Amino acid sequence: MTDHPTYNELSRDFSWSIAEQELEYKPGGRINIGWYCSDRICLKGDPDKIALYYEGFGGVEKKYTFNDIRLAGNTIGSYLRGLGINDGDRVCLFMDRIPELYLSFLGILKIGAIVQPLFSAFGDESLFVRLENAGTRAVITQKKHLSKVRKIRAQLPNLEYVIIVDGVKASDLEKGEVLFNLEKSEPVENLDIHPTTAESPSVLHYTSGTTGQPKGVKHVHYSLISQYLTTKWVLDLRDGDIYWCTADPGWVTGTSYGIIGPWSLGITQCVLDSGFSAQAWYKFIEKHRVTVWYSAPTAIRSLMKAGDEIVKSFDLSSLRHLASVGEPLNSEAVIWSDRVFGKPFLDTFWQTETGSIMITNFPGMKVKPGSMGRTFPGITGTVLDPVTYDPITENGRAGLIAFKPGWPSMMRTYWNNPEKYKDKFVNGWYLSGDRASIDNEGYYWFIGRDDDVINTGGHLVSPFEVESALLEHPAVGESAVTSKPDEINMEVVKAFITLKPGFTQSPDLELDIMNFIRKKLSPLAMPQAVEFMDKLPKTRSGKIMRRVLHAREWGEEIGDISTLEND
Amino acid sequence: MTLNEMKDLVLKYVIKEYIDDDDVTITYETPLISSGYVDSFSMVSLLVFLENKFKIKIPPSKATPEAFDSVNSIVALVNQYLK
Repeated sequence: MTDHPTYNELSRDFSWSIAEQELEYKPGGRINIGWYCSDRICLKGDPDKIALYYEGFGGVEKKYTFNDIRLAGNTIGSYLRGLGINDGDRVCLFMDRIPELYLSFLGILKIGAIVQPLFSAFGDESLFVRLENAGTRAVITQKKHLSKVRKIRAQLPNLEYVIIVDGVKASDLEKGEVLFNLEKSEPVENLDIHPTTAESPSVLHYTSGTTGQPKGVKHVHYSLISQYLTTKWVLDLRDGDIYWCTADPGWVTGTSYGIIGPWSLGITQCVLDSGFSAQAWYKFIEKHRVTVWYSAPTAIRSLMKAGDEIVKSFDLSSLRHLASVGEPLNSEAVIWSDRVFGKPFLDTFWQTETGSIMITNFPGMKVKPGSMGRTFPGITGTVLDPVTYDPITENGRAGLIAFKPGWPSMMRTYWNNPEKYKDKFVNGWYLSGDRASIDNEGYYWFIGRDDDVINTGGHLVSPFEVESALLEHPAVGESAVTSKPDEINMEVVKAFITLKPGFTQSPDLELDIMNFIRKKLSPLAMPQAVEFMDKLPKTRSGKIMRRVLHAREWGEEIGDISTLEND
Repeated sequence: MTLNEMKDLVLKYVIKEYIDDDDVTITYETPLISSGYVDSFSMVSLLVFLENKFKIKIPPSKATPEAFDSVNSIVALVNQYLK
């Protein structure tokens, strides 16, 4: 019944050269993602094919052909060059999902500069630490986010240009701010593409860890090889497909599979830049006749919550293939989607650091609801014993998910942090930070994180970052942050705090603290609950025992508390 | 508190807390969630505000993106739980 090759057929004699040959890339030669996603598609004879259908706030609709995105990338690249942006410079994209975000991504890469996409809901503190770490030279943003950039600008000596793509009057611009209106700019037909090669840096995504500041994950242009092939095989994109990746390009899914994967294959994709509602999403699928849909468990659970009846109000028969990423996809969601859409969401597992899908359910593969699937061909994975770091050979025993380095889209380093990068490898294995078991058929079953990082709605939040920010609130004496279970987002941030003398707990203070973090860091990092405590659990040496609070929230065994400080 | 006073209170809070751009005009009818002015995570702080301010408890099942999508719909929801 399936027209797909089997897992064994795809794995047999697998080599990444399959992608190299299809992309006509010769090792040692030039490779530029911006060119591959636009110019090459035009050269192959599809300049008039739609690359992007866009729908934004207030019913704004736009569409772009592959020739349009080629020209736009050229125009933006040329403009940046005119400002003096060079290859290797970091250019931050701090925008909602408007067309300029996607088109600037191509333009920046075409001139050999490094794209630094940041989630537009980040608060000024989150923005600052990432721009400072990257030494970013230019930020491309919108008027609605300008106030956050202005607030931190004076502390960022490397930031020379703030480029605003909409709505600001020239008379309102401050020093170092420039206005760039793509639609009013003369299209640049020919641009000298920077001669990037396999190891030339391309994208710098930031991710959160348990301790310390967020880490800048450096990717290179050669990442295209695995992003292209995984898009083709796992997302099963084919000529004629209409593809919708619901991820924001502020996160890695939104660039690897929301820009690079589909456009390098010459696939038409859709972008809906509006808040979530089941009605709006189904209407969007119906209207654009979406065939392949890549989303996240949080969104799927929200759709489940909206019920089955609403699904019947829309014609969703165009859907051919559904996939999911960001956090474990629970078996109920797989079964539900199979029932209401007639096909299951297939889970995929990967990370900012891996750059492309590592463990997955292939179209045509047997789906085991609740399983992450098997390693993508060419990926050597295992679970390691947490003590010896040796591969576990027993089926079903839990261990640390690890991969043998060497796939094309693997991160090349953490920006300005080679020590942290080295820490990710043990005995020649890359440690993902997640735990799983493997069954007798090679399917991985997710267990949880191996650290304190909170995965909320598919986005990683560092408890350290939130704890540090909490201490800047005038009422907070001490803070500890952990996760608590959540029906939709799997887990959400919860803060435990003690108050400074003179402050009294109250519902209004709780709300004030929540909003303080939301504006400073991001809505994702905002504690969804704040618990006031007389004292936090600590070791005798004074270290806060976060795991005691975590165990309490999740109803787990607290474990060894022999080091817990006594009253 | 009259209905219009309630609407004004919620509107002022939304503008103060969630709208960065001074040029954006928010009315009682402006879509908040579906237009992206308030995201689903931030909705929780809006819920806490409503519960604190009006001394009510809104069940999680009723705190949906649709119910929070405008000042009008929010106040209609709050009204159901006012004693």
